[in-house]
Amino acid sequence: MKVPEVRRLLLQGFNYALFMAVVWYFSLYPAHRRLADDEAVITLAFGHTSQRVEECRTLSQEQLNELAPNMRTAVDCPRERSPVRLELTLDDEVATRMDLVAPGLYKDQGVDVYRDITAAVGEHRLSVWLNDDVNVDGPTYRFERAIELQPAQRLVVTFDATRGGFYLK
Amino acid sequence: MNPVKRAYRGLEAWFNLSFGPEWNPLYNLGTLAFFFFWVVLVSGLYLFIFFDTSIAGAYASVEYMTHEQWYLGGVMRSLHRYASDAAVITILLHMLREFALDRYRGFRWFSWFTGVPTLWFVITLGITGYWLVWDELGLYVALLSSRLMDALPIVSGSMTRDFLEGQLTDRFFTLMGFLHLLGQPVLLVFAIWIHVKRLSHVRISAPRGLAIGSLAALLVLSFALPAESHAPANLARVAPVLKLDWFYLNVYPLLDHWTAGKTWTLTLGVTFLLMLMPWLPPKKTGPAAEVHLEACNGCGQCADDCPFDAISVRPRTDGARWSHEVVVQPNLCASCGICVGSCPSSNPFRQRGKPLVTGIDMPNYSADDMRTRTEQALKRARQGAPRIIAFGCDNAYDASRLEPRGCAAVNVFCAGMLPATLVEYALKKGADGVFITGCRTGDCFFRYGNVWLDKRFEGNRKPRLRAGADRKRIRIYRGAETDGARIDAAFDDFRVYLGTLGTDHADDGTRAVEATHEGA
Repeated sequence: MKVPEVRRLLLQGFNYALFMAVVWYFSLYPAHRRLADDEAVITLAFGHTSQRVEECRTLSQEQLNELAPNMRTAVDCPRERSPVRLELTLDDEVATRMDLVAPGLYKDQGVDVYRDITAAVGEHRLSVWLNDDVNVDGPTYRFERAIELQPAQRLVVTFDATRGGFYLK
Repeated sequence: MNPVKRAYRGLEAWFNLSFGPEWNPLYNLGTLAFFFFWVVLVSGLYLFIFFDTSIAGAYASVEYMTHEQWYLGGVMRSLHRYASDAAVITILLHMLREFALDRYRGFRWFSWFTGVPTLWFVITLGITGYWLVWDELGLYVALLSSRLMDALPIVSGSMTRDFLEGQLTDRFFTLMGFLHLLGQPVLLVFAIWIHVKRLSHVRISAPRGLAIGSLAALLVLSFALPAESHAPANLARVAPVLKLDWFYLNVYPLLDHWTAGKTWTLTLGVTFLLMLMPWLPPKKTGPAAEVHLEACNGCGQCADDCPFDAISVRPRTDGARWSHEVVVQPNLCASCGICVGSCPSSNPFRQRGKPLVTGIDMPNYSADDMRTRTEQALKRARQGAPRIIAFGCDNAYDASRLEPRGCAAVNVFCAGMLPATLVEYALKKGADGVFITGCRTGDCFFRYGNVWLDKRFEGNRKPRLRAGADRKRIRIYRGAETDGARIDAAFDDFRVYLGTLGTDHADDGTRAVEATHEGA
């Protein structure tokens, strides 16, 4: 092995030190600040399959006879689902508003919602409404609650139709 | 010269000063990245012994290694992290180098094109590593990675919600562990194999001195500033401040402001743009080498020397008495001409008075052309004393710039293209000295031209410089385009030295041990 001179060794040491300083610094800094000390996060997160655009209908025997044998189901349900509209307000100010088309080629899939909303710590009036039926004007679900946010808290607002609508976690 | 190239050459020269060409990290970026991966692998295997692949146990097991077993587990963890970061730096420098020195276009498109996505494998490997610690940073990485995944049309349902609803199971964590420990590393090795597929004589071991120095530096850093975790992951809390590893997690802060779709668009857009760079604009590669079977005995030396694996040996097809012949794959040929220098039949003493036909040749600059230009240079050089022929290569310092200092210059595509017998020929035909320049030692534009030339002149590789060549009258001094002053000085020194030897040398039979001098 080639033995470097003292001067070269010193320069090498300097270069290694510089390299390691870069490695160390950028493995930690600059620190990424996501929230101020007096902020918290409200996370709106849920999945929901909305109502059908058209009601299911029961086929008559004559109508069934016109279908191929393997297609003869008594109830015909058009696949398309309603768009989902929702709005979250905090102290009467709109924090987020969404108008979501049901995904899928036939718009027959459930929507997935995820949104982080930064809010100041302290007491707030939280209000959320959701419409999941194109045949209904106005909200089909509504939720209101007084909340108190702590610094760095994540408050999850979620939704489950089988549990009656929105709830907090 | 463009400022990026000039700056990069300056950086190279700085490292040459401290490390020398053999250990210069900028000449060993690929092997250094390999070395750092070895450190990552060995340290990772150790960490795996103590790591608990469960949601409840992961954080505690990492904390145990970091604090209770700091002298070994903690050091291994720090080595694992810092070597991973160092690997990213060397990879980025590797890309910068290829870009700055215009070594990503033309025949090199494949290595660049396949190298860019390889970086994705490295980055995603690091991301799953941070995930596994399951601290606040791990949770942040998990949530935002899930948001990115949810935005892909191929993913059904919502991964992000699974975390928030507490549906993350140990099985999923074990899957992540499997991915990080086996799946992703195997994919990475495969990607690297593709990346170097079109190269021959691929080096994967860093020079020992550089490896030892790098490991020592990593160890010092690991003891002085050990890697630590954030607070444990808590789904009910958002860490206000995170110490991000910017080498791996640089995209994530974007997700605080952008949608996942926009972030994907940016990262994929940059990736595709980088991958397309070899054609923005394209660089034309010269015509491929041609085999002349009437002069080829199938020795295979050219196939062995080709740095780009463009030549192979196959059974003879022309019925000649030799068993094999060589064949060139034109789409792989870099038109470097190294094969011409490798061919024993590129001997200018052959076929005097008629065109020199060699076994493998460049259609646009043949061995016969080299002989002719050397003879013309000898005529020009006769006007001076001492009479010096300077051979240079097209990708380094232009040897014709030495002509005003008292020589006649002949440039070739690559120093490795120069047949050793042509140097001997020049000396026998009346040159008092031969000065050879070319890319900096350790940095041949065509990878191995410099190396093969040295080995041929040292007698360690065929075709060797024959004993009849007076080595005292041959000097090799290498340098880049930016090293003009040093090369000029080395040439002047050689000219003075030749003056002390005199001009009566054709049959003195002198042998010198010291045949070459290295430049920057």
